[in-house]
Amino acid sequence: MLEMIDVCKTFNPGTVNEKVALDRLSLRLEEGDFVTVIGGNGAGKSTCLNAVAGSFAVDSGKILLGGVDITHMPAHVRAKYLGRVFQDPMMGTAPDMWIEENLALAARRGKKRGLKWSISERERAEYRELLAPLGLGLENRLQTKVGLLSGGQRQALTLVMATLKKPQLLLLDEHTAALDPKTAAVVLELSDRVVQEHSLTTMMVTHNMRDALAHGNRLIMMDEGRVKLDVRGEEKKKLTVRDLLEVFEI
Amino acid sequence: MNAISSFTASLPGACAQGLIWGIMALGVFLTFRVLNTSDLTVDGSIATGGAACIMLIRSGVPAWTAALAAACCGMLAGLVTGLLHTRCRIPAILSGILTQLALYSVNLRIMGSKANQPVSVDKYSLMLSQRYVRAAGLSNPIPLLVMIISALIGLAYYFFGTEIGCAVRATGNNRVMARAQGIDTDRATILGLIVANGLVAFSGALLSQYQGFADVNMGRGAIVIGLAAVIIGEVVFGKLLALNFALRMSSVVFGAIVYYIVLQLVLALGLNTNDLKLISAVIVAAFLTLPNMKGGDRDA
Ligand SMILES: Nc1ncnc2c1ncn2[C@@H]1O[C@H](COP(=O)(O)OP(=O)(O)OP(=O)(O)O)[C@@H](O)[C@H]1O
Ligand SMILES: [Mg+2]
Repeated sequence: MLEMIDVCKTFNPGTVNEKVALDRLSLRLEEGDFVTVIGGNGAGKSTCLNAVAGSFAVDSGKILLGGVDITHMPAHVRAKYLGRVFQDPMMGTAPDMWIEENLALAARRGKKRGLKWSISERERAEYRELLAPLGLGLENRLQTKVGLLSGGQRQALTLVMATLKKPQLLLLDEHTAALDPKTAAVVLELSDRVVQEHSLTTMMVTHNMRDALAHGNRLIMMDEGRVKLDVRGEEKKKLTVRDLLEVFEI
Repeated sequence: MNAISSFTASLPGACAQGLIWGIMALGVFLTFRVLNTSDLTVDGSIATGGAACIMLIRSGVPAWTAALAAACCGMLAGLVTGLLHTRCRIPAILSGILTQLALYSVNLRIMGSKANQPVSVDKYSLMLSQRYVRAAGLSNPIPLLVMIISALIGLAYYFFGTEIGCAVRATGNNRVMARAQGIDTDRATILGLIVANGLVAFSGALLSQYQGFADVNMGRGAIVIGLAAVIIGEVVFGKLLALNFALRMSSVVFGAIVYYIVLQLVLALGLNTNDLKLISAVIVAAFLTLPNMKGGDRDA
């Protein structure tokens, strides 16, 4: 599904700020994998997700998605394969545009955009149905600017946008980190639901070890730009926070 | 004449000028508010519009065709700035300054190496002229300008409601999000700059016909007037902003008219035309300060 082969990325090479963020990182995700990613600050988790999304050019190595080599594909082109939710609730939505306009933008991810009106009445009805189960009342506020929503509401909306057109891979980068515990739990539960509903291949970065253990079928720990621990299936189910902390210490 | 009567006598002219510069301000609104960048190409592209239009009319091209061709020249200028900014990764402000500088030479070439080229309303059939600004009837430029602006705002309103238009708005609003939604933000930026400078050059074409000549320096400080219009519009008609995009654009045009009326008022009070630039800067600074003085935050 996703294959990263010996991917390297050094920021500010040749300067005092030189930082090896990805060090020959290799990783292979199977179709339907829901991988939780943990690791200390600066371990390279975000850099790994950003490399897949194409936020920057990697120095060397290869990235394949569904058999397609996307290593050199511009970010906006590979966006058609990817759904993304960021840590910062401000990042995933256009604040001055309406909820429905944001959704309509997401609905056209990977499609050619033309001079057709940006949203149809039929879509509006669809969006209402899509938002209603969130229980946030967003379905009645389609023409509200997203900038007026709370962080949690925005993350929920971003999640809906990321999965509106079924992505091949869903990238969640600490997407509940900025939310209060209750809202975080709601958004996390929602993430679980959409991932299962569409059986999405997913990478979810989190600092919460309990969440990392409770969700997904596979867990990766990163350290210094490489995979330090990779457990899946039954083995992962047996894992405890204490086990993780032990590995963390090494 | 006393100050009051000279002021009232200048009102129609101020309205016409405000309307013409209002079209230019729509272009500035597009880059400044919709694309969220500062485009300084406009000082050059407005003169390009004027120069191209006047030279085409002088060579026998009908005024309307000349004005549309002038708009296309402005679009080309916008394209250049867009390419410098997105492909060469030069910061937006600098890209605009570079194009503006280059346009000075281009504009002189267009005008046959003369700094100024006249077009007489007696010899050519122009779209509008200052001469009739106080006349009753169809020759008066104001109704024509109002019609043109309504059409432009209508078109722009439609365009920014389409899929492509929304992509441009999203690009200006949140680049990261736009790219994550598969929008080619570079192309959207270029498109925005093209449309904006097309409007600016079209306004230059109207302005040169209105005043009866094109001048290589006619764009000096244009960006300030454009920004003034945008900001005055937002300050004075701010309550309408929440309503919709078309009203926001209308408020920009009203902002330009207010600007010219205030300018006439200041002139009527005895300051002379050499002080115009100083006065402009003061007016803009004043209106830029105003929203900050109210104390509330305007981020929402
Ligand atoms: N754009 C950048 N420019 C320079 N250095 C960067 C950049 N992005 C990341 N880095 C560096 O690369 C390293 C890995 O960063 P990354 O953001 O991937 O860590 P992370 O695992 O996501 O950490 P966190 O848990 O704090 O989010 C860090 O040392 C960081 O300083
Ligand atoms: Mg991170």
